[in-house]
Amino acid sequence: MNNIKIAVIIPAFNEEKNISKVVENINKIKRSHGFDITPIVINDCSTDDTFKVALSCGCIVLNLPVNLGIGGAVQTGYKYALRNNFDIAIQVDGDGQHPAEEIPKLINPIFNGDADIVIGSRFIEKTGFQSSNIRRVGINYFRYIHQFLVHVQFTDSTSGFRAINRKALVIVNDYYPDEYPEPEAIILFAFNGLKIMEVPVEMKERQGGVSSIGTVSGIYYMIKVTLAIFFTYMRLKSKKI
Amino acid sequence: MERIQIIAIATSIAFLLYIGRLIIRGRLREEYAIVWIVCTIFLIAFSLWRNGLEVMSHLFGIYQAPNLVFTAAIFALMIYLLHLSVVISKLQEQNKTLAQEIAIIKQKIEEESKTN
Repeated sequence: MNNIKIAVIIPAFNEEKNISKVVENINKIKRSHGFDITPIVINDCSTDDTFKVALSCGCIVLNLPVNLGIGGAVQTGYKYALRNNFDIAIQVDGDGQHPAEEIPKLINPIFNGDADIVIGSRFIEKTGFQSSNIRRVGINYFRYIHQFLVHVQFTDSTSGFRAINRKALVIVNDYYPDEYPEPEAIILFAFNGLKIMEVPVEMKERQGGVSSIGTVSGIYYMIKVTLAIFFTYMRLKSKKI
Repeated sequence: MERIQIIAIATSIAFLLYIGRLIIRGRLREEYAIVWIVCTIFLIAFSLWRNGLEVMSHLFGIYQAPNLVFTAAIFALMIYLLHLSVVISKLQEQNKTLAQEIAIIKQKIEEESKTN
């Protein structure tokens, strides 16, 4: 178990207040569990001191020269992980919403070969921070879309707290959605025949910074993701035939 | 030749020359200039051939000749805008890949300079 290399990918945009805490918590897990975990911060062209703060934590920092958005930033981390021979990549938000203590829950199913992708869901046991009402409406909506298209139900398809193995890394190296990538990535994984599993985790309310999704852009989010899911579905379907 | 014909032809030729200048100076790529050059040639052709518009409208079964101009022009613009969106999408994709490569390479260089 100790020779398995794990990358923790932390996309960060203006997270100077949270980033050191997030990295520190991951390092704590590394010490207490003896995992070979490497935190990798992707600074998505922040306008504050995120880059300097992350560097001072002593972790690997990938500094994007232009702002790519969450999907592009996370994909940078995936590309890095694939090239540097990591076996598992975990995505953790830079704002402290995803507690590092829950990481073992995400990687155990991959260790045991039960899943290729593990998604941390806050709605299975309904403990911890439960998100805003509007977001929950969106999550329910995506549940039906996923059920309809790939016949799998997810309780928390917008969760960015996930672990993926090398098989999935090869796929996201080639293509990963730009904006709001989480629900669309599920279609991508399911269509490539990867096993996706949800595990219950407890999330926290963001410690600072601003959510990537406001109330007004929530509707844009749903339309955009619906279109993206539909076209990804069509693309993958035509490839298979 | 009537006055309006002369004005139209002169404007079209000036436009054509301006496009030529942009291409020579490297500010416009030839593939994006084609559509403009073709449009200008159409304008010149119909300026010279005054009855052309009536004849064409009749051919398409349009009662009022100016409607043909509007329909054709709007359609051409829409197609060209779509083409531009495709170009931008491609650029955005390339830009993203480049940014990611730069970030990964920069990190590698810094790591190597640290160990040396």
